[in-house]
Amino acid sequence: MNPLLSVEHVTRTYTRGGILGRIEFSAVDDVSFSLEAARPEIFAIIGESGSGKTTLARMILHTEKPSGGVIRFLGTEVSKLRGRRQRLQFMQKVQPIFQNPAEAFNPLKRVDRYLYASAYYFAGRRSREGREAAADEALKKVGLSLVEVKGRFPHELSGGQLQRTAIARALISSPALIVADEPVSMVDASLRMSIVNLFKTLRDDLKVSIVYITHDLATAYYISDRVLILQKGKVVETGPAQEVLSNPQHPYTIRLREAILSLDDVDNVQAGSSQ
Amino acid sequence: MDAALSVQNLRAYYVTDYYGVRREVRAVDDITLSVEKNEIYGIAGESSCGKSTFIKTVAAAIRPPLRVLGGSIKYSFLERDLYDLDEKTLADIRWKHLSFIPQGSMNVLNPVRRIRESFQDFAFPHMRLGRSEFFDVVNQRLERLHLSPSILTAFPHELSGGMRQRVAIALATVCRPEFIIADEPTTALDVVVQKDVLALTLETQREIGSSMIFVTHDLTVHANISNRLGIMYAGRLIEEGLTRDVFRNPMHPYTQHLVASLPQIGDLTPKTALSGAPPSLAQPPSGCRFHPRCPLATDICRQTNPELITVVPGRRVACYAVMPSPEARAMTNDKFQPS
Repeated sequence: MNPLLSVEHVTRTYTRGGILGRIEFSAVDDVSFSLEAARPEIFAIIGESGSGKTTLARMILHTEKPSGGVIRFLGTEVSKLRGRRQRLQFMQKVQPIFQNPAEAFNPLKRVDRYLYASAYYFAGRRSREGREAAADEALKKVGLSLVEVKGRFPHELSGGQLQRTAIARALISSPALIVADEPVSMVDASLRMSIVNLFKTLRDDLKVSIVYITHDLATAYYISDRVLILQKGKVVETGPAQEVLSNPQHPYTIRLREAILSLDDVDNVQAGSSQ
Repeated sequence: MDAALSVQNLRAYYVTDYYGVRREVRAVDDITLSVEKNEIYGIAGESSCGKSTFIKTVAAAIRPPLRVLGGSIKYSFLERDLYDLDEKTLADIRWKHLSFIPQGSMNVLNPVRRIRESFQDFAFPHMRLGRSEFFDVVNQRLERLHLSPSILTAFPHELSGGMRQRVAIALATVCRPEFIIADEPTTALDVVVQKDVLALTLETQREIGSSMIFVTHDLTVHANISNRLGIMYAGRLIEEGLTRDVFRNPMHPYTQHLVASLPQIGDLTPKTALSGAPPSLAQPPSGCRFHPRCPLATDICRQTNPELITVVPGRRVACYAVMPSPEARAMTNDKFQPS
């Protein structure tokens, strides 16, 4: 029984400076967690900017090598993947979603070509009809259809539509794991919940596990099953989302929790400024 | 009237006319509002709802193809309408009376000039002080924002995001302006820094007693800083009231949705999302611009646009489904006798 993803004592250090006066610092420092294959879940990684959450995501996606420790995906070590075939197989199972949908797509290329390329490489759809069918099927899962997206450039779609297209692209290969790096921070308030609810549907209906990277504690509380709190690359607290966020133990988590603006302060503001 | 700013029926469109094809984008369509002295007026709305255009117009920072087609903008420190002034007077009032805290301060501070030089570029010509006196004032201001004067010799890339945003606030407030316009000053920051920057903005505003327009799409930020809140949708103001009232009792269906969909820690009830997408301002829907996404839409909403009317004293809503109370109706009649 292999877990879906296991991250074991992973460290990533970067060096700064020249030969003299070299400074080493750890972006990610001894992080461990694992996701079960049998029980799909939304796993939130929370931290401020500079806490190493994006570096961790890049290592899971095999675009960055850990300096120490091991990341295993379904038993195989990610950094030992060799050759095009193994990489494609891995990418078929693990898919990314990025922060800013407007930057994730090339503005000079039509959006649908990304869907076709994914269908070609990861779903084995070689014919044009097959690719279009795969794209349409994936778009339907996110509440869009190929008619709305076909032939469009990124600037012709709204931010919410683009982000949903990005999610649809990730779904074409029927992945087991999606790594979403701040997927809602650039999306408008009225559309944010539609993306967040979509993740819930993916977990419940399509049995996809999601690593949800964010600095927004409120949405993390709303959708995730477990959370991991990172401070300067180190894990400071981890556990079931509701437990950790309603009753934080570590001073850093408490600080994060207190920094959240609450709607209940609305009365205090009014009282304070009326004089 | 002791309003610091009063805007009447402001219309600002992006107008292009190439090869005989005329296109209009109605980014600000018939907005009337006033900001009282010492008040923080919040404007909320999603991207492309016209809030940035509104700010540009109010700050007299418009460039073609954006054009002001009608309406008036009056500041208490000016005798005439903002758009009756010549360039030189405008340059004089900018920064001294009317200043701006922009979004994403990395893009505002010149990357190849030290912070000291940015202060000289922006504020020095307006202050009429000697150089050493000027830097005394700057140092005081930086201290109030918990920044050490030594950052003056730093380049913008050497500072963290929160520090840069505080430098931007210091720049905007060093001349103690009467009116400050803040455009999403906290959006690019993360939670811990955001709270500090908000507290400092509030403290600075209280200290120098200026009025402020505060724009952000994040409603929780508004709940913590704005006294009154205006909600914009597709170029129009659709609801306005005391922030507390807007949150406790939202009246427009769009506002109701926005407030209800805010995730909160300790609240696991399912949140629904609005269907559809924000309308294009080049071809806005007929009638009420919210009707394609509105659960309460009826025939009249599709045909005519609801006016922004006073529903209860101090509260304006543009929706046919909201009925004004009798006393508000009486007030409206008194106020808007045909002139």
